[in-house]
Formats: sequence, structure tokens, C-alpha cells
Amino acid sequence: MNDMTPTREQREANLEGMGCKRKRVEDIRFTQGKGNYVDDLKLPGMLHGDFVRSPHAHARVKSINSDEALKVPGVLAVITAETLKTVNLAWMPTLAGDVQMVLADGKVLFQNQEVAFVVATDRYAADDGINKVQVEYEPLPVVIDPFKAMDADAPVLREDLAGKTTGAHGPRKHHNHVFEWTVGDKDLTDAAFRKAEVTVKEMISYHRTHPSPLETCQCVCSFDKIKGELTIWGTFQAPHVIRTVVALIAKIPEHKIHVISPDIGGGFGNKVGAYPGYICAAVASIVTGKPVKWVEDRIENLTATSFARDYHMTTEIASTKEGKVNGLRVHVLADHGAFDACADPSKWPAGFFNIVTGSYDFPVAHLSVDGIYTNKAPGGVAYRCSFRVTEAAYCIERGMDILAQKLGMDPAELRLKNFIKPEQFPYHSALGWEYDSGDYATAMRKMMESVDYAGLRKEQAAQRAAFNRGETREIMGIGVSFFTEIVGAGPSKNCDILGIAMFDSCEIRMHPTGAGIARVGSKSQGQGHETTWAQIIATEIGIPASDIMVEEGNTDTAPYGLGTYGSRSTPVAGAAIAMAARKIKAKAQMIAAYKLEVHEGDLEWDIDGFRVKGLPEKSMSMKDICWAAYNSVPPGMEPGLEAVSYYDPPNMTYPFGAYICVMNIDVDTGVYKVRRFYALDDCGTRINPMIIEGQVHGGLTEAFAIAMGQEIRYDDTGNVVTGSFMDFFMPTAVETPHWETDFTVTPSPHHPIGAKGVGESPNVGGVPAFSNAVNDAFSFLGSTHIQMPHDYWRNWRAAKNLGVFA
Amino acid sequence: MAKTHVTMKVNGAEIEGLVEPRTLLVHFIRENLQLTGTHIGCETTHCGACTVDLDGMSVKSCTMFAVQAAGSEIITIEGVANADGSLSALQEGFRMMHGLQCGFCTPGMILRAQRLLKENPSPSEAEIRMGISGNICRCTGYQNIVRAIQYAAAKINGVEFQEAAE
Repeated sequence: MNDMTPTREQREANLEGMGCKRKRVEDIRFTQGKGNYVDDLKLPGMLHGDFVRSPHAHARVKSINSDEALKVPGVLAVITAETLKTVNLAWMPTLAGDVQMVLADGKVLFQNQEVAFVVATDRYAADDGINKVQVEYEPLPVVIDPFKAMDADAPVLREDLAGKTTGAHGPRKHHNHVFEWTVGDKDLTDAAFRKAEVTVKEMISYHRTHPSPLETCQCVCSFDKIKGELTIWGTFQAPHVIRTVVALIAKIPEHKIHVISPDIGGGFGNKVGAYPGYICAAVASIVTGKPVKWVEDRIENLTATSFARDYHMTTEIASTKEGKVNGLRVHVLADHGAFDACADPSKWPAGFFNIVTGSYDFPVAHLSVDGIYTNKAPGGVAYRCSFRVTEAAYCIERGMDILAQKLGMDPAELRLKNFIKPEQFPYHSALGWEYDSGDYATAMRKMMESVDYAGLRKEQAAQRAAFNRGETREIMGIGVSFFTEIVGAGPSKNCDILGIAMFDSCEIRMHPTGAGIARVGSKSQGQGHETTWAQIIATEIGIPASDIMVEEGNTDTAPYGLGTYGSRSTPVAGAAIAMAARKIKAKAQMIAAYKLEVHEGDLEWDIDGFRVKGLPEKSMSMKDICWAAYNSVPPGMEPGLEAVSYYDPPNMTYPFGAYICVMNIDVDTGVYKVRRFYALDDCGTRINPMIIEGQVHGGLTEAFAIAMGQEIRYDDTGNVVTGSFMDFFMPTAVETPHWETDFTVTPSPHHPIGAKGVGESPNVGGVPAFSNAVNDAFSFLGSTHIQMPHDYWRNWRAAKNLGVFA
Repeated sequence: MAKTHVTMKVNGAEIEGLVEPRTLLVHFIRENLQLTGTHIGCETTHCGACTVDLDGMSVKSCTMFAVQAAGSEIITIEGVANADGSLSALQEGFRMMHGLQCGFCTPGMILRAQRLLKENPSPSEAEIRMGISGNICRCTGYQNIVRAIQYAAAKINGVEFQEAAE
């Protein structure tokens, strides 16, 4: 046996630790249809609830008559705002400090707003009941155009706020105004613009879209009247937060609420918020004494639960003639819809939009954001984004291209000229952030070399000349994007949700035979935490990843965590995992020293155990230490080997990347062809390169969709015209481009394993790369900025507007 | 509502059930047969999460009534693994090539790919992309799904899988 002693390389490989392309443990069940999603749950006596929804965008509700619905076989109850008022739940608080109707109370404020909740024995009977509920509406004038929401004579949307001149985030200027948020030094910025040699100004819109995971939002609520306990299985990205919110608004003691997030079919921010369906299913279960399931359909998902973006950003940059930027001024008109249900840390009404200075050394900057109400669905979630970072990255990356065009400079050269330099880190931005680490120029140059950037520009010049000579009807665009993200919310000094600091947590229990379980406060929705969290532990404590079971999503067993969104899992939960593992390792070292009869300081770590310094044959494996922890610990030490860590990060992390998109557009049809897309990401230490690449592919595909067509669009009566997958652009394998990925590694100096988070980078950096490619293609024809999304028709229209054809 | 008696063969087993004429096949499969691997993503035939194999064709079971499937032979994801319980070439390919993330589209995607490889045992990348274009994935960007299907095709055909250069 001893002649088969594994080599050091074999011992390392056996761990499948950090840096290894470990295959996912989740896939064994998912590939066999044995995932456990919410709608798979079937409880005895379970009822189904479904909504009567408003066809109007703004209307007074004159009456609701449920008599005929209650005669439908199988229908047991129809819940309205009047029912909910008896338990004080007709309205609910939002994460943004506003309130939101659970069911229409007096009026409706957006199309498909929830009006009544029909409870029946099955989903078909519930649907029959919906058709029999009679609602009488009196239509009211609508506010759809955000630029008209604060007109003096604009209709009053939120009558419940009448007379309230102050909201959750300060003074309100108008009856349809939510908040104004300002950051930066206005006087210094204005002065920089007065002195500037060159300035540019453009209104850059980032249209309303929707995360639309393949599994919609859903839940099963089961109230046990005997025990007074409520169990909720739901598609929750943040199950503990849901538990606390339920405790606060339903007045059920928090230990009697059990929230379980089973397998989740994608989230992308859609499943962070609390929706009327959850409240109604819980109330229906309390009223009927039976479990109640609520599953939204796709149209409901697109039109009622949490949109993303809808930011209209007036962007100004001041610079020298040589292209050194010296001031940034941005005003955002933020369309929040009917209620401010933005899912941001509580003190951040516009999220982390103040990362808008991007990767550039702006000496001064000023930002103001006006949030407004319109007759659109509430929300404002971070669609694969860390709280409005996508909007900020789009704003500055378009802005830099517009400046380059005005200066007659190459956009890559302009960026290189203005990057924050490696020696400036930690870097304090003009809008208040402390960037942890970065080497932007190295990443940018690697990207430029990889794609032969100079060659591409030469090819473009030739293509333009050919176009001008009438030899081709195709134009070529090169879209450069260099983004800096801010993820890992966040430090308790500035991040909380409803007063709960945004830490995260891990509990590790090692069993006597050297296997263990790790329970974590995050919640995977496809990111593969069961695989990667075990890799961190494997490297930290020398136990093979395959011997560590990772469990998330059950609030009774997992330590309190703030959940998974905003690329926070690796920066925060990942750190908690490493710290808990280090506590295990520290105790293990004491046990090993006792067993080997040496001083702790005489031991050194060696892949999967401790050995005595200078006497490598005298060693004890972690597996053996686990056994010893249960039978022969040093005198005075408690037996067992487990640890809990709650990690409050000292700072955010700042992943970055250099992306480039090469695209040809046929001016007569608007049809585009993405010829090449190269994405270089620096997310610090890489835990599982296979999963990172998968995340980048997925995020780029979302970015492609958003930039090139994916839009929640309203007509001027407030009717959603992109409410199904027929109209809402959802790329298939045919449209989706081929992705090239690359990386550099600049570890985070403050994170225990140096990791920064990656899931959202491709969405953040991808959208400007696509949009810049389209804009770059048209720029030589005299265009400065074309609004997204860049679908075929809009490309054709842009060409027409530029006089390319009559 | 009056119920209709239906029989069909699902994953090799003869089954029967009572359904309303309006009961969708996907609900019959998920709720009556409790085979919950077949998923519902859009209810309008766009996303393909509900894809099953029905009499040798890929069918989106959210847009077909259970009574229409009476007498047919259906394979769902629960019937895809090898007889000895090991993963099929496609299931293994999806895992090896990281062709799934949240797993919600995966059953429909594997059922579709299985039929595709029966229709065309050695598809080109373009043929694979067109062949799965009725199935939406929100997580992977399709690139690794294509590789997963190429991996499975190579394994079924008994040739070595050549990873495409990045």
C-alpha cells in the first residue's frame, strides 16, 4: 500500500480545490429531471391561487363583484383589498421605503396590476373563477412618458401620498416625484466645465427591460393553525430577508416562519423582491387552513413583477483638447413605475450608480438622480447587475465614445489615456468609492493584442472607403467597452436591507470520518454554489470537495444570510466560507499538535494536513484530525469540529474587464451580424474557471439581448406591447453569437481568498460593447448617438435618418 | 367538468388516467403522473422547457391536450438515462461541457437534442444551433450546450470528441 503513496500533485488534484474546473455536483440531478423546483411541490389538500388583473394602466376601481366567481365549481375564496384590510395587509412596504398595494385599493396604477386573488382546488378552476369576477373600472388619464411625469398638470398617480412633501429619501418636488439623490461636488464640477477646452453632452437612455428567468416567480404557503407556524417554499434569492419581512408585516414570530428556497430556475434579480403573490398565498393559506400555491405565468412575469433599468441619463464630459478628462456631470431621470419597489440596499435610492466615473481618473464629478412615478409596473431590480451598475457603465462607456468622436481620437486610446493607474489603488473616486485593486491598461492592451485592434481599425477604414465608393452596403462597427463594477454589498457601514447589515455567513460541520456539511447564507439560482463553495473549503482545510456537502436556502438550518444577487455571493459568502474554514483549520492545528506531541508553532500546513517542520514524515491528515476531534482532543478543549463565520466585508470588490464587439450592419435592411465578441474579465482569484466562463457566456447573451432588442415597451395608453416571448426578444441558439473569453488576475487585497465576483460583469460590460459597435458603425455617416435597443428596424431607421437612402 | 379516460405509454410503462378535455399534456405529466422533470417556462410554445418526445417527434407539451396524446408513446427526461441507471451520452455531455446552470431548460433541451441526434447523427454546429432553436436557455448562452451535444454525438458515434479551439 505504501508504495502507492500519492504524489503531492495527486494529493492536490484529489482535493478538487480552487482553480480546478470541477464538474458540477448539481448536474447529476438536473440532467435527470430530479431537480426540486417550487412548482414540483405537491402537498395534500393544496389549493391554487391566481390573480384577477387590471386591463387598464390607470383607473378607479368602482366595484368588485365575486358572487358569480364563488359559484364556479372548485372556487373557495376571492380575496380583495377589503379582505386584506382586515389583517392590515392591503398595502406592503417596499425595499425602497415606499409602500405598494398588494391588491388594488380604490384604483389601479399599471396594466396587469393585481386586483383580486381567486383561490380554488386546482389551477384550472382558479382560472375559471378569474373570468367570473366582475370589476367595474373608471379609466383615468395615464402618465407613460417619463419626461412628462413632472409637468405641472400631470395626472396625480399616488393619491395615498397627497400632502407628503418628504419621502423615504428626502424632499419630493412634485406629486409624481419619488426622490432626488445627489452625489459629488457641484461647484467644483461646474467650474471644471466652465474652464473646459472640450465638452460633450448627450441624453443616453437605457430602456426598460426584464430579467425573465425561465422559471417565473412562484411560492407555496402552508399555515399550520395548530402550531401557528407558516412555511413558505418560494423562488427567493434572499430567503432570510423574506422571513424577516414576513415577520415584520404579518406579525408572526420569526421562529415560527420557515422559508425554503429549493432549486431555483434562474433569478437574474427578478427573485429578490417581495411580490403580492407571496402575501396573497400566505393570507389564503391562513384563511383556508390549507397549503396554497401561486405560480405566475410568463405574461404576468413580464408585465407585473420587477422590471429593470428605465434610466434616462443626460451625460456631460469635460476634457482637454488632448483628451484628458477633467469633469463628469450626469443627471438621471429614473422611471420607477407606480410604486418605488427598487431592490437596492436601503440607503441607496439609485443603487451604486455613483460608480459612473467608471475606470477613469475624473478629478471632479457630480451626479443627480430624480426618481419619478409613472403608470408602469413597479420594480427596478438589478438584472444581473449590482444595483444600477449596468446603467452607470453604459452611461460612461457611451460617453467616452462620444467624447472620442468629438476629439477625433481612437476610443481605445482615449480610455488608455484616462485609466486609473495601478499605483493609484486604493483609489478614491470623485463620487465617493474606494476602488480596491486594478490593472486596467494591462487588461486593455491584452484585449487589443488578442483581437488585432489596429488591424480591425484598418479593415474598418477600408470598408468605409468602399461604402463611400458605393461598392458595399455594409458598414462595420467596433465596440470597445472597459468597465469597472462594484459588487459584494456590502460593508455594514453603508449597506443594509431594512436595517439588517449586508453580511453573509457560513457554518461548517466536519463529521468524524472526515466528510462534512457547509451551510451558507447565499442561495444559488444556477451559479453552482454546491460545487464551488466546496472547492473553497477543500483548498482551505484539505478535505476533498467531493466530501463536503453544501446546503443553502433553508432558513431553519442555514445561518442568516442576505442572499444571492449583485454578484455578492463570492465577495461576501465566499469570504465567510473561507473564514469558517480557517476556524476549523485553527482548531485542527491544536488537535494535531496534541496528537503529534509538538507545539502548535512547530506544525506547518501541507495540502491536506499538518506536518512537523523539518520532520515531514511526522504528519497528520485532516481526515485523521476529524476523527480525533471526536475522541481525543487536548484536555480542556470542547470536542467536535465545527465553525460559524459571519463576514462583514471591509469594502466592496471592483471587478473589471475589457470587451470588444465587431459587427457588420446592412444599411438597407438594418440586419446586423456579430462577427466577433471577445471578453476579458478580471474577477480576482478564480475559483472554478469552467463556471466563470459559463457565467460570462450567459451574461454576454443577456447583454446581447438587451442591447439588440429586449425591451418592455408601453404604448401611449399604458398597454404593454412586449408582454410575451413572441414580442420580448429572447435570443435562441441561432441568433446568439460565439463568445471568446479571456482573463487577467488582480486579486482583491481585502478579500480572504482575493476573489471579486463575476456573474454580472458580462451583462455590465457587454451592453456598452454592443451599443458602441452599432454607434461606431454609423458614426462616419454623421451620427453621434443612437438609442438602444438596436434591433433591425431601428438600425434601418437610423440609416434612413442619416440619409443613406431616400 | 366531465373527464375522459386516456391511456398512453410513458417511459416504457403503460399508464392511464382521467383528464378534463382541456387538461394540457404538461399538466397531466407533471401533476397526474408526478413526473416533474418536464418544466413550464412560458405557456406559449416559445421556450421549450416542456419538450417531450412523442411518437418520435419533439413536442412542446404545454400546447397539447392530454387527450390528443391518448394512445401515444412518450419519453420524458425521467426516461432518458441508460437502463443501468447511468447517465446517457447526452446527460453526460451536458455535465462534462457545463451545458447547464439553473437546470430549468435542461430536460427539454436534452429531449430535443436526443431527437435531433436521431434525425441527424453528426450535425454541424449550425445544424445543432438551428435544431435547438425552439428551446430557450437563459443561463448558458448556448455555447456549452452546443459542445455538450457535440460530445454526445461523438460518444454515440464512437469517435473521439474534439474540443473546438476557443
